[in-house]
Amino acid sequence: MIATGQTLEAVEEVKGRSLWVDARRRLFRNRAAMAGIVILAAIALLAIFAPILSPFGFSEQNYDLIACAPSWWPAETSCIAPGHIFGTDSIGRDLFVRVLFGARVSLAVGLVATLVSLLIGVMYGAVAGYLGGRADALMMRLVDILYSLPFVFFVIILMVIFDRNFILLFVAIGAVEWLTMARIVRGQTLSIKQKEFIEAARAAGLGPLAIITRHIIPNVVGPVMVYVTLTVPGVILTESFLSFLGLGIQEPLTSWGVLISDGADQMETAPWMLLFPALFMAVTLFCFNFVGDGLRDALDPKDR
Amino acid sequence: MAALLEIAGLNVHFALADGDVHAVQDASLSIQEGECLGVVGESGSGKSQLFLAAFGLLAANGRAQGSVKYRGEEILGASPKRLNALRGGAVTMVFQDPLTSLTPHMKVGAQIAEALMLHRRVSRDDAHRQARLMLDYVRIPESARRLRQYPHELSGGMRQRVMIAMATITGPDLIIADEPTTALDVTVQAQILEILRALKTDKKTAIAMISHDMGVIAGLADRVLVMRQGRIVESGSADEIFYAPKDAYTRLLLDAIPKADEAPAQTGKVGPPLLTVEDLRVDFPVKEGWFGKTRTLRAVDGISFTLHRGETLGVVGESGCGKSSLARAVLQLIPKSGGRVVWLGRDLDAATQSDIRKLRADFQIVFQDPLASLDPRMPIGLSIAEPLKTLDPAMSRAKLREKVRTAMRRVGLDASWINRYPHELSGGQNQRVGLARAMIVEPKMLVCDEAVSALDVSIQAQIVDLIRGLQAETQLAMIFISHDLSVVRRLSHRVMVLYLGRVVELAASAKLYTAPRHPYTRALLSAILSPDPRAERAKKRELLTGDLPSPLDPRARLTFLKSRFDTPDYRPKLQEIAPDHWVAEHD
Repeated sequence: MIATGQTLEAVEEVKGRSLWVDARRRLFRNRAAMAGIVILAAIALLAIFAPILSPFGFSEQNYDLIACAPSWWPAETSCIAPGHIFGTDSIGRDLFVRVLFGARVSLAVGLVATLVSLLIGVMYGAVAGYLGGRADALMMRLVDILYSLPFVFFVIILMVIFDRNFILLFVAIGAVEWLTMARIVRGQTLSIKQKEFIEAARAAGLGPLAIITRHIIPNVVGPVMVYVTLTVPGVILTESFLSFLGLGIQEPLTSWGVLISDGADQMETAPWMLLFPALFMAVTLFCFNFVGDGLRDALDPKDR
Repeated sequence: MAALLEIAGLNVHFALADGDVHAVQDASLSIQEGECLGVVGESGSGKSQLFLAAFGLLAANGRAQGSVKYRGEEILGASPKRLNALRGGAVTMVFQDPLTSLTPHMKVGAQIAEALMLHRRVSRDDAHRQARLMLDYVRIPESARRLRQYPHELSGGMRQRVMIAMATITGPDLIIADEPTTALDVTVQAQILEILRALKTDKKTAIAMISHDMGVIAGLADRVLVMRQGRIVESGSADEIFYAPKDAYTRLLLDAIPKADEAPAQTGKVGPPLLTVEDLRVDFPVKEGWFGKTRTLRAVDGISFTLHRGETLGVVGESGCGKSSLARAVLQLIPKSGGRVVWLGRDLDAATQSDIRKLRADFQIVFQDPLASLDPRMPIGLSIAEPLKTLDPAMSRAKLREKVRTAMRRVGLDASWINRYPHELSGGQNQRVGLARAMIVEPKMLVCDEAVSALDVSIQAQIVDLIRGLQAETQLAMIFISHDLSVVRRLSHRVMVLYLGRVVELAASAKLYTAPRHPYTRALLSAILSPDPRAERAKKRELLTGDLPSPLDPRARLTFLKSRFDTPDYRPKLQEIAPDHWVAEHD
């Protein structure tokens, strides 16, 4: 509605908005997505500051408190560790600090590897799909070849050549995850390319790069967002698998994947060792899902 | 005698997220045995929902109230079993899109036979025999072979005939035909209407003919209902509606139909031509199977013409005649296989890709589907600004905004709508956006590729007026492509008729429409429907029989020159039979 007193001129001074501005507004109105963002931010802040503020170090052992429950633990336990709010692990380290330390690694791996796969995969897929023909065939065969490399073997070779390194973890995971993304985006691009608005863009004089970035990529966000929300948990699990094989994070550093696999061994005697990292991971993944769904809806102008 | 179908006080509501939509409001009608009732209205008038609701076919969020009596039996809210027995048996339907209403994985014969076996006790062999007879009845050539084909192997007109065969084989009392010819070419439309007319006279089948096109209704309907926004605004005999319409809306619909005598006068050709096209050819490779050899489909087969400032060249022809390929090749959107395109004396062959991208500001295009030609995720303001931004990336934001506003006002759009998305606008508004986007760079030539074909008649008239206004204002040269000859006539100074990638006739608009020479042009013109029931009923049509031949068949282009069949490589030549009136050789 036009407020009274507003002149016609003022109405015409409506500022142009882009899809991204609209999307941000819609995202802010989506309660589930906003809750997800707030919780993720809280976990990230905790992960950054809590280990600094905590009186316990992440590798500091206390031999008197081996696998002790937190003092508020409701069930009967053999020992209690006062002051350790999540209890201690099997060699007497504070679990709270370790869970948050694990969050640093897991969130970083999850986000960076997904982002890398997003950037490479979307661009690669969109270019291959848009160019089509021989370029497409060549680019997709390369993807097929990379697909066929055994993942673990690939990681081992990387480790052997470049020595064990934290950064390599990102590289290795990112290098594998973008392949699926590229395929999804290429398939979508092939169908979008046929649409009349792409021809309209060509008739308007746009070059291939402008068409890909302005018209194709915004129109593939739907499936891409869904895949991203699947990738983040996938990557976090892959990291724990690599760490389990001794190829990823090494003691005393830790990650959620490592904590969960350690906790699973002690499930019967010290369930808190599984419960807390698993809880954090589950909440995080939930939040990623909500944020992903929210982003997808926000970027679709047809959704109200 | 009780009416065959009697609908009284029917209301249809749809529950949507934004509240209820009252799609049909208090509709009452009756259809007598053997009668044809025409139901006219524009998209969204509720004309289809009225009949879907009557036979229990509403979408899950729809509700119907009122009374629907079939031969005195109340069927609204009847059990699904009773409705299933009725639908497809005594009451059958023919929908607009024959491809989506046929099951893609079933052979045509099996589908027709299935309809029969579901409703009548007949053996499989008998059903197939009857299916074949039915295909003969709807004039499908080589019916025995067609029975074994899949729907995608048939052309649109064939598929619609198959649908009619399916709808007729059970011997129904009533056929509900929902825009049965809208997706078809004019000559095919005339054939389908002929079949429906025969059904009505030979088999005494009642028909409910739903259409947005007054012309389609005119020749067939005994009585006509006019619907608007869910309400029946007028009903009466065909003659009453067409010759003495009472309601303002009915008059508006009738007025919106392009009249014959509106062709713009021929412009004087001043100066050198803007565009010269010489012997343009476009080939598409058609691959047969994985390892099959590649054949060449000649979409455009040697077309030449010139275009001057302020002139409109109409291009007409049926689907598959190469009119869109011609436009795209001229605009350098698809590669041509031969010939020359000269723009302002400059041969575009010599231009590089980046040169052509700069030249694009000079020639713009408006597409058929207004919604599909706009990026669904881009606000319309940005879509309109895009060609300008590409042309001059350094332009300041304020100036850009000003230009977008001017362009929007020029095509009759509210300038405050820049942030709307295409799906929030109607088809006509989206087509205005398309026009604004094309006109913002002040082109010298505009190609309209079926630019008004997807719009309702009243909107169509508005857009045509808008285009004429823009042309008068800017001395724009235009290529106006359409399968609708009456729309082309309203806009074009000269008209070119295409048949399978070749020109069969090219003449000034007035001459072509009043004195067509080529048999194909004559057939096209005779297929035009006029909103005049008496004339339509009396009209003797020069019907083309069968389908458009396949462009892959080299002899197809000799259809009108059968005396040269023994030399299949021969191309009919264009002959100037009068000044500026060119006609291809024919028998």
